[in-house]
Amino acid sequence: MAKTLFDKIWDKHVVKQIEDGPSVLYIDKHFIHEVTSPQAFSGIEKRGLTVFRPQQVVATADHNVPTQNQHLPIKDELSRLQVQQLIENCKKHHIELYGLGHPFQGIVHVIGPELGITQPGMTIVCGDSHTSTHGAFGAVAFGIGTSEVEMVFASQCLLQSKPKVMRINIEGELHKGVLSKDIILYIISKITASGATGYFVEYAGSAIRLLSMEARMTICNMSIEMGARGGMIAPDETTYAYIKGRQFAPGGEQWEVKLNKWKQLHSDEDAVFDYEIAVNASEIEPMITYGTNPGLGIAINGCIPVTDSIPDEGERKNSIKALQYMGLEPGKPLLGMPVQNVFIGSCTNSRIEDLRLVAALVKGKKKNANVQVMIVPGSQQVARQVQAEGLDKVFTEAGFDVRQAGCSACLGMNEDKIPAGEYCISTSNRNFEGRQGAGARTLLASPLTAAAAAITGVVTDVRDLL
Amino acid sequence: MPNTVYSLFKIELIDMIPLQKIQSRFVPLPMENVDTDQIIPARFLKATTRDGFGKNLFRDWRYVNNDDTKPKPDFVLNQSEYTGEILLTGKNFGCGSSREHAAWAIQDYGFKAVVSSFFADIFKNNALNNGLLPVKVSDDFLAQLFALGNESTLSIDVDKQTITIDETGKQEIFEISIYKKTCLLNGYDDIDYLLSNKQAIEDFEMNR
Ligand code: SF4
Repeated sequence: MAKTLFDKIWDKHVVKQIEDGPSVLYIDKHFIHEVTSPQAFSGIEKRGLTVFRPQQVVATADHNVPTQNQHLPIKDELSRLQVQQLIENCKKHHIELYGLGHPFQGIVHVIGPELGITQPGMTIVCGDSHTSTHGAFGAVAFGIGTSEVEMVFASQCLLQSKPKVMRINIEGELHKGVLSKDIILYIISKITASGATGYFVEYAGSAIRLLSMEARMTICNMSIEMGARGGMIAPDETTYAYIKGRQFAPGGEQWEVKLNKWKQLHSDEDAVFDYEIAVNASEIEPMITYGTNPGLGIAINGCIPVTDSIPDEGERKNSIKALQYMGLEPGKPLLGMPVQNVFIGSCTNSRIEDLRLVAALVKGKKKNANVQVMIVPGSQQVARQVQAEGLDKVFTEAGFDVRQAGCSACLGMNEDKIPAGEYCISTSNRNFEGRQGAGARTLLASPLTAAAAAITGVVTDVRDLL
Repeated sequence: MPNTVYSLFKIELIDMIPLQKIQSRFVPLPMENVDTDQIIPARFLKATTRDGFGKNLFRDWRYVNNDDTKPKPDFVLNQSEYTGEILLTGKNFGCGSSREHAAWAIQDYGFKAVVSSFFADIFKNNALNNGLLPVKVSDDFLAQLFALGNESTLSIDVDKQTITIDETGKQEIFEISIYKKTCLLNGYDDIDYLLSNKQAIEDFEMNR
């Protein structure tokens, strides 16, 4: 029977199917970090268990770490204890940890792919919703809660009900100045923040095939922002070329063996999806969000929708509340509005390609005097690459604050926060109330749109600068 | 209850409190897309235990920022006329971050069930894994619930899968898998089940 890419991988990992219930799903790789793992470790210890397959677990510290002076002890006591706890837990349970100071440390969804740990055909989980990022390699990757982290520790398996499968076909060519971030913000704005709940999404089509791995990761990363369990893209030559030669990529004879397996990983021609959507890439413009969920986005030169015209009462109330929080007015454009902060980073857009794009735009320019610009590489490896290519000089000369690897101002947990009431154009993935710090107002956009605002100090159509 | 599922549990470590019936007043939060960053903001995720998150439940809606001695009077958790073990809320509840701390916070505060017309996936799993019951009702029934007075009580029966408005007897049936129902009614969790399948898992590893 014809199968979707998702079905092929899922079916290969079912250990057992409970009648009228979930499947016991085998997990190949389990990433952990300091925030969602401590209670899972204490959970298995309370039951007198040890980690069942420690070699399939990889740990890093990212959410709660400072992005300056990482060689010094963490100042905040609770944060320090949490990071310390991770170190102790990993030691006790023989888990490989790329902690602070390690050359592989970084945001969990940046380091997995760049180390070659993330590979096609795998099942991958992490106690973090943006685990969907790894789906860009043709893996079934999804975020889990702490109880589920504990289950994987205990058994290397999870109990999961099979989701439905949706395919989003993106055909055609992207306009200049439009990035994969704009594709995904566009899709979410069309299908809403809950539109893909219950589904696993496969992104396909000619526009996807032309994207680099970094760009594909950005798209899969934000699948969760429309409620999807995960997102994925079938592997192809671009995928293989990216993986080849990386630290933990298969080498020697193993490479050919794996490659032959990976080549089977695509949806069969006549595979049936529960839902399909077609998107015309040439209709997409640079996008920006104006509200407090990632679905509330518009084209950069558009106007904020008029709330009276929203038919659904709940949605109308939501929009009104969002605009109140954001201090914005319906019917008005965003172009030209002053912003006080720009954040370039997060697991959505902190890879070397993102930073190269930003550098190319700001080279020889200075940031606007009224804007604070923070640029945070996703990993130590990205940071070293930035230095090797001299991009850090471009950034410092432009007046950007170049930080060390971590989640940084994406989530308002570590020291990097946006002050209450201020606007921030952010390349991250969530614009929820208080996400970047209590009272902070987030406008999500691509790295190019963020860089443009850094230079002009206002919301800018990057195409005017290209 | 079909015995097939029941008998799957060979190990009976009971560490969740069984949940069978709830009869209670409710706390209405008529908002949609309530994300887990609102339920428990990131700055309160530094703890390494599961306890005590209830005091920061809906922290930034509940208190004047950074001053937990000053409640915002217009937020429902600060209004003494609303109380109970059931949280009533709009669609797409629990979207966003996978933090299980959200389910812990709701439970720690004293809620046993959350009623909505739509739950985000990860939140739903997290809730069930902690014995917090997500009850999905129709939009229409949800509107009826929101229209009730604050003295009204609801009855939820996990085994019968029903939610009832006590004063009118109006009732709706909600979905829950037989497997999850067994867990809730008995206080089992997935780990108990997975551990009882160790042999099958090892066989799977050998044969792949
Ligand atoms: S960068 Fe942001 S979204 Fe990504 S893992 Fe870190 S906190 Fe989560």
